[in-house]
Amino acid sequence: MKRFIGFIKKEFYHIIRDKRSLFILFGMPIAQIMLFGFAITNEINNVDIAILDHSKDVTTKEIINKISASKYFSIKQMLEKEEDIASVFKKGHVKAVLNFEQNFSENLIKENKANIQIVTDATNPNTANTISNYINAIVIQYQKELNKNSVSNYQINTRTRLVYNPELKSVYMFVPGVMTMILMLVSAMMTSISITREKELGTMEILLVSPLKPFQVIIGKVFPYIFLSIINAIIIILLSIFIFKMPVQGSLFLLGLESVLFIITSLALGILISTISTTQQTAMMISLMGLMLPVILLSGFIFPISSMPLPMQVISNIVPAKWFIIIIKGIMLKGVGLQYIWKETLILAGMTVFFIGLSVKKYKIRLE
Amino acid sequence: MKTILYIIQKEFKQIFRNKGMLPIIFIMPIMQLLILSNAATFDIKNIKFGYIDNDHTSTSRELIENFNASTYFNVLNDFPSEKLAISEMLNGKVDVVLEIPEHFERDLQTEKYNSLGVTINAIDGAAAGVENVYVTQIIQRFNQKIKVGLSHISDTQIKPVYIETIPLFWYNKTLNYKTFMVPGILVLLVTMIILFLSGMNIVREKEIGTLEQINVTPIKKSQFIIGKLFPFWIIGLGLLSIGLIIAKLVFNVPMVGSLALMYLYTSVYILVVLGIGLFISNFTDTQQQAMFISWFFMVIFILMSGLFTPIESMPKWAQTITEFNPIRYFVEIMRMVMLKGSGLNDVLPQLIKTTIYAVIMNGLAVWSYKKTS
Repeated sequence: MKRFIGFIKKEFYHIIRDKRSLFILFGMPIAQIMLFGFAITNEINNVDIAILDHSKDVTTKEIINKISASKYFSIKQMLEKEEDIASVFKKGHVKAVLNFEQNFSENLIKENKANIQIVTDATNPNTANTISNYINAIVIQYQKELNKNSVSNYQINTRTRLVYNPELKSVYMFVPGVMTMILMLVSAMMTSISITREKELGTMEILLVSPLKPFQVIIGKVFPYIFLSIINAIIIILLSIFIFKMPVQGSLFLLGLESVLFIITSLALGILISTISTTQQTAMMISLMGLMLPVILLSGFIFPISSMPLPMQVISNIVPAKWFIIIIKGIMLKGVGLQYIWKETLILAGMTVFFIGLSVKKYKIRLE
Repeated sequence: MKTILYIIQKEFKQIFRNKGMLPIIFIMPIMQLLILSNAATFDIKNIKFGYIDNDHTSTSRELIENFNASTYFNVLNDFPSEKLAISEMLNGKVDVVLEIPEHFERDLQTEKYNSLGVTINAIDGAAAGVENVYVTQIIQRFNQKIKVGLSHISDTQIKPVYIETIPLFWYNKTLNYKTFMVPGILVLLVTMIILFLSGMNIVREKEIGTLEQINVTPIKKSQFIIGKLFPFWIIGLGLLSIGLIIAKLVFNVPMVGSLALMYLYTSVYILVVLGIGLFISNFTDTQQQAMFISWFFMVIFILMSGLFTPIESMPKWAQTITEFNPIRYFVEIMRMVMLKGSGLNDVLPQLIKTTIYAVIMNGLAVWSYKKTS
């Protein structure tokens, strides 16, 4: 036991002596979470649009004013002819063009009906759809004003209550995601490299012939990283609470425990990667290339999992980050206790056991 | 020239000798392109919908039927109480709950007005906004329907005016997400592979000690660097080609613009990434450090590239930062050329910026690379 503690101490010194790596380790997550918390939003604001007004009358002017007054749009230019639409789109200057038909007001008075084309650059389907919906809503509002005096009956209205995030802040969506990504990748990368590094430099053999048992070597190598990752997690949680005003509706203690569990899951994944790769380069490529995009795309970080096709939803289950994101959102935003997230917790714990078991098995084979 | 060729030969041999790396360089990105492109969609579908029907009349049932008929909603169940509905929402089993009050039908007949309670889980603010629009649309349509069924002649004294908005979705009529995402994800994969490989490459020789050996040879600094980077440039273009073929054959992404322009831009772009990789190599002592720094920049490049979230919604200072993001330009160009058929003239600003970027990055990298440590 004394030897073991000595070994852990040595590993600690190893890490703490390397000031540059430590700086990277703690500095990067802080910089990232600050940057993303403030910068990333999937709301639509200040979209540049252009107007092609064939009619140029009072009504079209009024509609244009309404649109430019909204915070969603800013009118970048006025077009003169239909052909201009394609050229502004190709240059990527505007995302939509509002095309008013000729004699707009006249049509509205004579025939009670007039048309506006909303031409959108739908290379981005999401923006295109949202723009089209927002403009439509503004036009309907304007239409209601015009129709104030005519009667229409039977109104069913809705009282909508937006729960857990009534101000629709997108930071509530992104902070848990960024938190998860940082914890997972930093933890997995650290362990996957530390063991392969010893292998590559040839020092692992020396460790293995020492009187320490193989599992002691591994635990000794991983232990300092658990400690570092926990500090990382604490920093991230404090930042999200104090800077981004993320609520913690549930228990902070539970949040802490779940974070430790997730860190251990990620570290275990790192160990698994390190047992199957022989060079640092392979280990890092697997942990970075193999984990980064799946964590961003399949965890519910940015894209809602329920919208994915069924096979994707099934695949998303094997991404540990998915379960942790559900847990963090549950505790921080919904304020749930363990009785609502025990299933997710159990899955993470199961994955951890699985990763460790597999690495132990792989590891033994290597030693024979 | 001969020296460079030897170095290139050596590098290629080293890359292809490492059997563990090959699948990571080629198979993993392709797998990810094939799989992950299906996951990236903002389409809000299959919304988990629950309701509390306190009325149990034909009108309330008809209203629910309207939700059932819509493709957006997945009508799950009728909750006996609000408390149960909220508990299920906490559990994540349901995202939208509609509450129909008692005497809904009767009040609607007598007062011509009624109000429904809608509760939406708004943690994903953007999705909640869309869900709210869908709920409102269905209820509006239901309004129109019963209006026709119950209205009187006296209602139509003044004919209401109607402004019709006709949405036209250019370049992607069916609003297909894959058309949008496949080029973007391809950009990410190409960039990640080149940046990680080049970022670690020189630092690896430093760590193992072989760099010293090369430094005592008569090879020139520039020859060495060109020789080192050339194989990655080829790998990058190779990956792009495979990716484009997959985009066309598997995802049926249109290729409206010029392929030559695509390759012209990509060959300049790869130089930028290589320059960044080399620069990182020069400032780190271990592969681990190089990897962490590459990862740091990669995450920033990805999330601030406009690939997943719109750049114009970012605050001004963040938009300024994106000006220095090479991925941003590549994503823009890919989508412009492939989907809209933009020509050289249209993409000239991005091409010029990328070229300047390439010159500066590689200049810095060569300048900071020291033969003697």
